[in-house]
Amino acid sequence: MPSQKNILRFITFLGIFTWLAILGSGYIFRFGQLHNASSDPYLFFSKALLIVFIVIIYFFYRNNIGSQESFNIIDLLWKVFVTGLIATVVSLLSNFLLEALKDHEHGGNPYFLDTLYQVNVGLIITFLIATFTVWKRLILYQKSKWLIRTWNVFEYGLLGSSLLFFTSLEISTGLGLVVLVILALLGIVLSVNLKWVAYLNFKQKLKSILLIILIALYILYFYTILDDYGQDHGFSLVFSAVEVITIRALYIFTLVYCVFSVLVILFNLPTSSVFEQKLVEVINFQKLSQSRNTGQSEEQVFDILLESSVSVVLANAAWLDIMDSGEKPKSTLYFKIDKKEKAQILNSVKGSKIRKVQSSVPSRNINPGRFTAGLKHEIYKSIFVIPLFNQDKQIATLALLKDVNDGFGKEMIEIIKTFVNQASISIENYRLMEEAIINERYKEELKIAKRVQDSLIPKTLCSNDDMEISAFSKAAAEVGGDYFDTYKLDKNRLAIIVGDVSGKGTSAAFHMSQMKAVFQSLVQLNLSAKEFIVKANNALSGCLDRRSFITTTYFIIDSKKKNIEFSRAGHCPTLYYSARDKKVSFLADNGLGLGILRDDQFNKFVEVNEIDYYQGDILFLYTDGIIEAKNKRNEEFGYDRLKLFLEKHAFYSAEYIKEEILKTLYDFCESSNLEDDITTLIVKVK
Amino acid sequence: MVEIKNSLDNDIFTIYVIGEVDASSSIHLDESISEATSKYKKIMVNCEQLEYISSAGLGVFMSYINDLEESGINLVIYGLSDKVKHVFQILGLDQLLKITESEAEAKGIVNGV
Repeated sequence: MPSQKNILRFITFLGIFTWLAILGSGYIFRFGQLHNASSDPYLFFSKALLIVFIVIIYFFYRNNIGSQESFNIIDLLWKVFVTGLIATVVSLLSNFLLEALKDHEHGGNPYFLDTLYQVNVGLIITFLIATFTVWKRLILYQKSKWLIRTWNVFEYGLLGSSLLFFTSLEISTGLGLVVLVILALLGIVLSVNLKWVAYLNFKQKLKSILLIILIALYILYFYTILDDYGQDHGFSLVFSAVEVITIRALYIFTLVYCVFSVLVILFNLPTSSVFEQKLVEVINFQKLSQSRNTGQSEEQVFDILLESSVSVVLANAAWLDIMDSGEKPKSTLYFKIDKKEKAQILNSVKGSKIRKVQSSVPSRNINPGRFTAGLKHEIYKSIFVIPLFNQDKQIATLALLKDVNDGFGKEMIEIIKTFVNQASISIENYRLMEEAIINERYKEELKIAKRVQDSLIPKTLCSNDDMEISAFSKAAAEVGGDYFDTYKLDKNRLAIIVGDVSGKGTSAAFHMSQMKAVFQSLVQLNLSAKEFIVKANNALSGCLDRRSFITTTYFIIDSKKKNIEFSRAGHCPTLYYSARDKKVSFLADNGLGLGILRDDQFNKFVEVNEIDYYQGDILFLYTDGIIEAKNKRNEEFGYDRLKLFLEKHAFYSAEYIKEEILKTLYDFCESSNLEDDITTLIVKVK
Repeated sequence: MVEIKNSLDNDIFTIYVIGEVDASSSIHLDESISEATSKYKKIMVNCEQLEYISSAGLGVFMSYINDLEESGINLVIYGLSDKVKHVFQILGLDQLLKITESEAEAKGIVNGV
């Protein structure tokens, strides 16, 4: 694609070339005329080139002015004005030259006169088309389908009318006149499209009027110059350009639009302040609603609210009380007023007639602070007070003052209400955003906590040649209170623990880490199961909070004696599969959770049991998360299902049983997101 | 969610625990027992409509064991469903708290019969 600049250059070149061709063919025709030779084809040629010239100039301006995406109205008018100015100056110079050389021997030379005439024709066509293009943009400022269609008809009509130039139809009679009248009417109809005027401010309107009047003067000047050019200068033209209906229609249209524009702008001058005010409102509203996007603080929102409110109702003074979370005044923003005056005004409000302004939002009907009142103050005569709410809590109060009585009309109150609502929303959004950021930080902290806790759960389990061990633990939240661990006491003996801290989440996780520390310390001492539980209770009594306890079962598996010594401290009874009896049973005995009794009384509740194990036996440890896991019908997984499960899966490896219990549990709950932490540890004798 | 109701019959204060006591609702149970133990010596806890109690809920009962003994308060829990009772038993709380089947038995124990 050739660039815009190159296209314009090419069109300019084409335009100049065509203009020279018109001149040239005119010369030949003139030569023929002067020497009585037939040269009519050159007249036809010259006329045809004039139409081509008009089309070329049209495309030039269409590419130059017509294609800009956004534009400034004053800039456009200025462009037309400058084009007109240059054209007029050149035209005046040519006339001056003509006058100056009138008495010169070559002053009456027809070729010379032809040249000057063609210069004027070229200038006026250029100027008229420039004006036409700008008017088109202004008319199509706010397009509609109908408008575009009418415009197209008008444009094609103008082009088509140029063909009449080749016939001998007189413009003053017959078809030519009809066509001209139709085009003029179409032009007038289109000229009522002046919506752009509303978008100008007062200053711009004044400028526009000046520019358009000057443009109109140029048009009139050119019309008078061209109309009687031959007669004025005493020679017969090769052809008269004003005979071209297109040019005549352009004259009429551009001039009519000038007149309409000037009149409409004039009539709109007094109301322009209202439009400007509305524009300010919209911009302020936008500022308030955008403030949350640009990461402004609450203070800035309040600043914008005060500033916007003042400018929109033209208040003489104002203040904004900002409350803290307890709905007490925290700070105040002042506009053209100070603390002392504020106190005076508040005093005078007490003694004046207060009119409550009812809210249109029913949920906030009880707005104690919203009112207008007259003031007995030397400067300020009326006040409007409106509170800001966030989640039904008052966060600020806006007070606006005016130096006239009844300064706040219904309209103004509505606007301020909208502003205040928008500011409330912005502040709410801001607070929500802040909360979200804090929550995000907590989440990050929890992620770290989770990583730490994951490292507390053993990755590899101690075992001996006699058994295979498999374990799994999953917290319901990021962190949980389930715990298991293993420790090799010596060559033959293995310590295993499973525990569950009361409660859930973070507090449980803290206690779980204490449990791990207690286990890792005590297990070094090579204690019996009973001693371990007693000492663990002692140690934890000083760590756990009042309402927390830990349930646990501690096992010592001796592969030499082939027995298991265990003590249960309030934990879910262990499930045991005996390969010899081919039976699953719960290892039920008495016991008390760690931390329930925090003195020596605890000791008498500790029981120790011992069982012998045989090949194929299974020790199935778990936490109550498995028992209490619920399905959608609110049924618990329960002890019976667990027992049944182990009976069915007793012949499999520890690892496989672990996989299966999870699958069975998730199938039962129809979800893998359980409400409680779950842990299982399976020991199978090889 | 849990609903807690109270009634006073002569000098016996009864707390009715209805619904499910979990980590968040255990606070209400704690408040209500705390208030009762500060005012009354004879307290009955009606758990006939207690459907579920979590470890946090058990923690509430546990935390009063010492206080009850020290202040000579007679607190009896009664009407536990089998499932809830099992939870108390596993933890061993049945060895430390007075738990009975019926209201009549509970009344007897509270009155020191």
